[in-house]
Amino acid sequence: MAEALLFVTMGLVALAGAVTVVIARNPVHSAMGLLGTLLSMAVLYVSQLAHLVAAVQVIVYAGAVLTLFLFVIMLIGVDEEERREDALPHQRRIVAVLSGVIILFAGGLILFGNFEWVPAATSTIPSATNGTVSAIAEPLFTDWVLAFEATALLLTIGAAGAIALAHYRRREG
Amino acid sequence: MVDAGWYMALAAAIFFIGVVGLLLRRNALVMFMCIELMLNAVNLTMISAGRALNDINGQVAVFFILVVAAAEVVVGLAIIVSIFRLRSTASVDDLSELRG
Repeated sequence: MAEALLFVTMGLVALAGAVTVVIARNPVHSAMGLLGTLLSMAVLYVSQLAHLVAAVQVIVYAGAVLTLFLFVIMLIGVDEEERREDALPHQRRIVAVLSGVIILFAGGLILFGNFEWVPAATSTIPSATNGTVSAIAEPLFTDWVLAFEATALLLTIGAAGAIALAHYRRREG
Repeated sequence: MVDAGWYMALAAAIFFIGVVGLLLRRNALVMFMCIELMLNAVNLTMISAGRALNDINGQVAVFFILVVAAAEVVVGLAIIVSIFRLRSTASVDDLSELRG
């Protein structure tokens, strides 16, 4: 019951934040909407026993990534008005038609389709997926250790690439 | 216990909002935020599927997605900043160097 209440409230906050990201004129408001979505997502993770991932979500996403977004918004300014007319012909109309098709398809699937959400799911409350640090570390450092090392390489390359881009100057003359 | 399907429906709705935003907005920063929305929706799907299937690997996958998303944001924002230095714009409509 508590989980249902949490799901409804946090789901509504997440949806409102997502809509804010899309419709806000000011990029700062978009960033704030994204913050609301990220934090309510973290709550939904906790209610699904993914404790470590929720903590990482708050620290990395809501802390680091969003701060980076706000820094860049501050750097390049927010006063620019987005142009209203379409550069691509009929862009808005095509998106609207595509959205309608997808919504009708999803609604029809939910109403008339005969399928299980997660076919092999058990109805008992699981205990093995309790996402403590040790529960995640065990597969991370055994089955996925190669992928883990690859992410270390990826982060190093990403940081080096960002520094290289930031230091780039057009040669004079 | 809320059925995993409801979480997945919420995730699908957020992913859809992200797609629409990516297609409609022209500000490169806002487009990036919409990509983050889509990544987060996928994370929620992973976690609810992992819980329903009683498998910890769903959360491990989310861990990796978070790392890749962080690296992607760093490089992407650096590109946006350097484009802004050269062209004084963050609108993707004004960038057409690669047009044939």
